[in-house]
Amino acid sequence: MYNYLIKRLLSIIPVLIGISLLLFFMLRMLPGDPAQVLAGQMATPEEIQNIRSQLGLDRPIHQQYAIYLSHLVRLDLGYSARTQNPVIQEIWARLPNTMLLAMVAIGLACLFGIPAGIISAMRPYSWIDYAVTMMALFGISMPVFWLGLMLVVVFSIILQWLPAGGTGGWQYVILPSITLASFVVAFIARMTRSTMLETLSQDFTTTARSKGLTEKIVVVKHALRNALIPIITVVGLQFGMLLGGAVLTETVFAWPGIGRLIVDSILARDYPMIQGVILIFGLLYILVNLLVDMIYAFVDPRIRYD
Amino acid sequence: MAENRVSDSHFKRNWAKLKRNKAALIGGLLILLYVMSALLAPVLYRGNPSAPNLMKSLELPSLENPLGTDELGRSILGRIIYGSRISLLIAIGVVSVGFIIGIPLGLISGYYGGKIDFIIQRITDTMLAFPGFLLALGLVAVLGVGLENTVISIGISMVPIYIRLVRGCVLSVSEEVYVEAAKAVGTSDAAILIRHILPNVMVPITVQTTLGMGMAILFAAGLGFLGIGVQPPTPEWGAMLGSARSYLFRAPHVATFPGIAIFLSVLSFNLFGDGLRDALDPRFKL
Repeated sequence: MYNYLIKRLLSIIPVLIGISLLLFFMLRMLPGDPAQVLAGQMATPEEIQNIRSQLGLDRPIHQQYAIYLSHLVRLDLGYSARTQNPVIQEIWARLPNTMLLAMVAIGLACLFGIPAGIISAMRPYSWIDYAVTMMALFGISMPVFWLGLMLVVVFSIILQWLPAGGTGGWQYVILPSITLASFVVAFIARMTRSTMLETLSQDFTTTARSKGLTEKIVVVKHALRNALIPIITVVGLQFGMLLGGAVLTETVFAWPGIGRLIVDSILARDYPMIQGVILIFGLLYILVNLLVDMIYAFVDPRIRYD
Repeated sequence: MAENRVSDSHFKRNWAKLKRNKAALIGGLLILLYVMSALLAPVLYRGNPSAPNLMKSLELPSLENPLGTDELGRSILGRIIYGSRISLLIAIGVVSVGFIIGIPLGLISGYYGGKIDFIIQRITDTMLAFPGFLLALGLVAVLGVGLENTVISIGISMVPIYIRLVRGCVLSVSEEVYVEAAKAVGTSDAAILIRHILPNVMVPITVQTTLGMGMAILFAAGLGFLGIGVQPPTPEWGAMLGSARSYLFRAPHVATFPGIAIFLSVLSFNLFGDGLRDALDPRFKL
């Protein structure tokens, strides 16, 4: 088990190095002086000079990268060109909002997606199966931001049940999280259906049935348990798409998370902030996938000995 | 000659399978409609879809303007029709970028292996550490906004998918006897790759490209909506929704129709792509 975890942890090092290189060269690919780019258009010559000496921009490129890495390891991401606040501070302030939205959305997606997939697999090629399949396809094809706008039209403008945006109590979370969950639920339902179809046709399921167990126990205890791994995988992978969706959803609902932060930063050409948010997005995605792999080892003992 | 006959019947069998799949058929018809609307835009809507007419701002649907008008008094129907040109252009551009960069890299990575494979795969890993839309977003941050940069950004974000797909297929194909035979008679690597390996990779690439077109439309609309994609006054569906958001309370219809256009076009490629996968290659079923 420990060997597996250590191996898995080591495997993320090349990806981390890759991300740092990507961010390092991203800045240097931009036209103009990197110090000027980082300082922003309003910066004074002293501020630009400060950044230049701080990041060693007058030194050879490999030394620049070393300095960059040492800042990165200490999570020193510089200062926002727009607000002058430390980048990491602004990200920390908004990250919980995005996480809250993402967690509620994943929860909702599992709550609806997994049962829908199971029901679909229990009656393959029936009308309910077609309905679930079609709904899943609709979910995948629907632009989340449009769904968000339409939910606002129905629930905030016409019915006036829920707020159209902003933060506050739980009622502010409902529409954004439904929006965000919409396409994730589709992927989860699809994956649940196909893996359940597979496990339901396997010998151990037939054995369980022939023992006279009720269909409910056969499905939940025998088939679902064995279908869990692909379902967990898809949930983990969808987390990444969820972060992408969060950028759009947060814009629709004026939700103060890091998704909205990166869009504002791109519009304002606030490069320290853009780099910071991209780094956090990358780290989050890697961490979630790591977590998923650990859950695998927990759910399926066979994996630990690979 | 004989080879032609074989591939002919193969094609017919696949075509028959595809025709039986109602969802794929509907998808194909929708794609046809979408492409027609893009090609025939000047015939379908006479007039300039970007010319403002402030006297008619935010009108509800009427005989003159079947889908109403936007905040600048422009026909929403006209802008949606012309918008199909923009989104089709983007989708074709995006998959071309994915093709041109991804397929050669995937072929090389899978065929040669070793160091070059290692390097290409680590780059792919890094790119895949970012979900597609975020990767495109990051690239836009570097390249800047606009139609061209939208195509390049989304295109590059799809490159790793093509690399992985092609590499995987190459690995499974290059062990085949006919590849070994071609090597034994001294065929050059380039000829083996193009004549013997590439045709075997075409099925998954075709499926991926169909689904990729839908994804490209969705991503481009997302960037447009955020204000960092195609810029107004170009009639781009996502950007139309982005500006409609400010008038949501006064005129919800302005935000309704461009979204339906995005939804239907993406749905058409997803329906067709799924059908294609079922008909051509059951192995790649998700």
